[in-house]
Amino acid sequence: MDFTYLSLTELRKLLDKKQISSVELTKYFLERIKKSDLNAFITISEEQALKQAAAADDYIASPGENPFLCGIPYAAKDLFCTAGVRTTAASKILDNYIPPYDATVIEKIKEQKGVLLGKTNLDQFAHGSSGETSAYGPTKNPWDKSRMPGGSSSGSAAAVAAGLIPWATATETGGSIRIPSSFTGVCGWKPTYGRVSRYGVIAMGSSLDSPGAMAYSVEDLARLAEIMAGADGKDSTTGQAMVPAYSKNLTVSLKGVRIGIAEEYFLEGMDERVKQTIQGAIGELEKLGAELVKVHLPISAKYGSLVYAIVAPSEISSNLARYDGIRYGHVTKNASDLMEVYTKSRAEGFGDEAKRRIMTGTYVLSAGYYDAYYKRAQKVRRMIVNEFTKVFSQVDVLTAPTAPSVAQKLGYAANDPLFGYITDQLNIPSSLAGLPAISVPSGFVPAHDDPSTNLPVGLQIIGPQWGEQKIFNVGYAYQQATDFHKKHPRVDSGK
Amino acid sequence: MKEFSSSTEYKPVIGFEIHVELATKSKMFSPAPNNPDEKEPNKNIDEIVTAQPGTLPVANKEAIRLAALVGLALNCQIDEWSKFDRKHYFYPDLPKGYQISQYDQPISKNGYLDVSVGGKIKRIGITRAHLEEDAGKNVHPEGLPYSLVDYNRAGCALLEIVTEPDIENGEEARAFLTELRNIIRYVGASEADMEKGTMRCEPNISVRRPGETTLPKYKCEVKNINSFKFAEAAINYEIERQTELLKEGKTPKQVTMGWNEREGKTVEQRSKEEANDYRYFPEPDLPVLQFSKDYLDDLRRAIPELPAQKRERFKSEYGLDDAAIENLINWKELTFYFEEVVSEIDEWARQEPGLDRLALIKQAANWCLQDFSAMLNAKMVNPNDAPVTPENFAELVKLIIQGKISGSAAKTVFKVMFEKGGEPLSIIDDLGLHQVSDESAILSAIDKVVAANEKAVADFRTGQEKSFGFLVGQTMKELKGKGNPQVINKLLREKLKS
Repeated sequence: MDFTYLSLTELRKLLDKKQISSVELTKYFLERIKKSDLNAFITISEEQALKQAAAADDYIASPGENPFLCGIPYAAKDLFCTAGVRTTAASKILDNYIPPYDATVIEKIKEQKGVLLGKTNLDQFAHGSSGETSAYGPTKNPWDKSRMPGGSSSGSAAAVAAGLIPWATATETGGSIRIPSSFTGVCGWKPTYGRVSRYGVIAMGSSLDSPGAMAYSVEDLARLAEIMAGADGKDSTTGQAMVPAYSKNLTVSLKGVRIGIAEEYFLEGMDERVKQTIQGAIGELEKLGAELVKVHLPISAKYGSLVYAIVAPSEISSNLARYDGIRYGHVTKNASDLMEVYTKSRAEGFGDEAKRRIMTGTYVLSAGYYDAYYKRAQKVRRMIVNEFTKVFSQVDVLTAPTAPSVAQKLGYAANDPLFGYITDQLNIPSSLAGLPAISVPSGFVPAHDDPSTNLPVGLQIIGPQWGEQKIFNVGYAYQQATDFHKKHPRVDSGK
Repeated sequence: MKEFSSSTEYKPVIGFEIHVELATKSKMFSPAPNNPDEKEPNKNIDEIVTAQPGTLPVANKEAIRLAALVGLALNCQIDEWSKFDRKHYFYPDLPKGYQISQYDQPISKNGYLDVSVGGKIKRIGITRAHLEEDAGKNVHPEGLPYSLVDYNRAGCALLEIVTEPDIENGEEARAFLTELRNIIRYVGASEADMEKGTMRCEPNISVRRPGETTLPKYKCEVKNINSFKFAEAAINYEIERQTELLKEGKTPKQVTMGWNEREGKTVEQRSKEEANDYRYFPEPDLPVLQFSKDYLDDLRRAIPELPAQKRERFKSEYGLDDAAIENLINWKELTFYFEEVVSEIDEWARQEPGLDRLALIKQAANWCLQDFSAMLNAKMVNPNDAPVTPENFAELVKLIIQGKISGSAAKTVFKVMFEKGGEPLSIIDDLGLHQVSDESAILSAIDKVVAANEKAVADFRTGQEKSFGFLVGQTMKELKGKGNPQVINKLLREKLKS
């Protein structure tokens, strides 16, 4: 039987009816992961997975209702700390690192008896939009293996898209869930900042990091959100607001829903066919009863990426200070004094992109520059938040293309220093404002450099703070009327 | 205190940075235990203390409460909000590569502390008091080519108190530190023990040239001070050293000095001026701290009686002298014990209106500061650790004042009470230490002695005072040493006059 591309609800039914065991499912997906040449995984935790699956089967065999994720395999982006399972952040500096504890999200999935099959590849420390900065080599896009899956959650996106795993955790700081979801044709949820605990997720930009998920449908995302979201005593930046029963509140009709369209999201110079695809999707939403409202986000569009270019590296430079070779991680073998332990361990352990961001962040935080850069950037960030708040007093959600293009060829990013800047620019402003968003598949366009290859296009739906229900509702209604999310790459015979 | 009003004098300018380890159960940002007495290395650690990837800080509410309490006790302004910042530097004892501290919005600021120096009140400004986390300790095993790090102390809640440069000499410094420590102990914020390192102080010392009104362009910080006595000595040494240099027309270097206890002098530690750039920025993992009016009002109400108020009350209500008050106040536990004894005395005084309450209280203070202190110090324990209860303590004092036991016998009784506890009366019974104050018993003894010592009686009557002492001794002997000397004196004199 083919268990790929089944929704979580379908897998739940199969397991509950004991038509398949968790161990069988686990073996099935482990087999697929091992056969895959996408480089989507850094670590496969086969032994632990089979133990967890056996425990889940025992639980299912006992009377009573099973938790939603019980026995269902999943993968975690290798930024989530997993007790006893190597966690690298795709960096050589953590090549040998085995965390002594679980991230809160991992703990929650464990409580549900979800089965962790492994840790997925990513841009090193999540620094990147292509997946190519990983110290373990780039992940390949299952739609075309010569292309990038997008980053930084490259492995999670590729694994879900290729049917190696039914769902995966991911994280976003400024595009890292939405971009790879768009490039690989999966559904990705970037939560409201503070909706999902960051505890145990290796920090990139602390004021931006949002742990989320990737799956095959908005319905699955809504189910996952119910499990992953919530206040956490270990993360003071989580919100106290109750977590709604998102999946039960999903609606088919968009009657009375006001959808904002900002011209700033339809960039000059972006892929025209992507633009047309998104306009088609917006037309679909209108057919479903939504009212389209023109809105403007001039400050966000003009300054968002610039603010991000200051805030993110500042926090990164600080968050990466702990990798010093003293307590864990890579330590140089060539140090003759303490200063060399620091300089050499870090020089050998960090990749180029991490070093670039450390330098930038250190510079903008240094005496005399702090006021001119960081402090001013935070002021503009406040203006961006206010601009979104104003827009969301007029509309329920915003829709826009997730990315200005489809997946580029591997190597493209290395040759274009502005690749990330351009690719993420439609995600960054809402990230700065801490807003929730999803990316859903909304069509395919031929690659501009290879008309014979059709590649997925993502539609992003952005909501107000804590407005997960609104974006899930719009995404769900859209997926009831379309089947782009049911199209999957032909992995085994792919290019 | 010397007045520095004349412009011909060299005028020292001294300020303090004081670190106090707050007495919280857990650490500043993690649930790992805080225990300054832990000897086994790296016992009080967890994934947050060791800065494992992905960990986040959660601010300790009790630490915030204690910090605000100290701020209020130091007459500080506490704003409606405060925040944490990251201070970056690399050192093995600092696990995250940054210390979570407070940069430009400390919990409290603009306070002061009045201290009494040589009978005069001196006001020392408190610039600020902010919360931060402590670092671990680097350990360098002798003769080995590596160092070790102990993170037991890492992440413990620290309150850093910074003073204005208002202090002018070692005596003031010592008085200030003593009073500050007392306040911190009285509000229960910390044991503030210099020797244990739960209180650490670093004076910044410079000296103004005659006529100079601005702050000198240099200052010397002194480290490694682990007692108030050394703080005073180090400051006086530095003032002298710097003044000498200034008199020679030189400007002292801006250096960090270390106090060398053995040689009784300061020694240069670091001369290089390190231009540290800590790259402070607001800690994004922690929300802004908000202090509501209600919270601060509750806190104000929670401030116990502070040393200054206690001093005042001990003087006006109990009539104790300054030295006794000071000695009591400087030992918080003994002061609290003493006050319990006083409330027992009040109970006695209510029951027996003839008792002289103030005499009892003074006697109690004396016993607290003399025999009791000496015994406690010898055993290195606090009053509540000794078996003698305030109730029994008060009763013994009453028996002394009532003349039911002699001073020397009381010492014997108190020793037993201190060692084993127990009621003074039953100990007196057991040891047979009752004092005979009964006039008829004493008179009959006197009659016997007078009858048996005619010569001595005659000598006394011819003016030989020496004979009186002999007769007292004989009477005491007749009473087997238990006679009340005052009563014997009085009755014998009356007898001989007749």
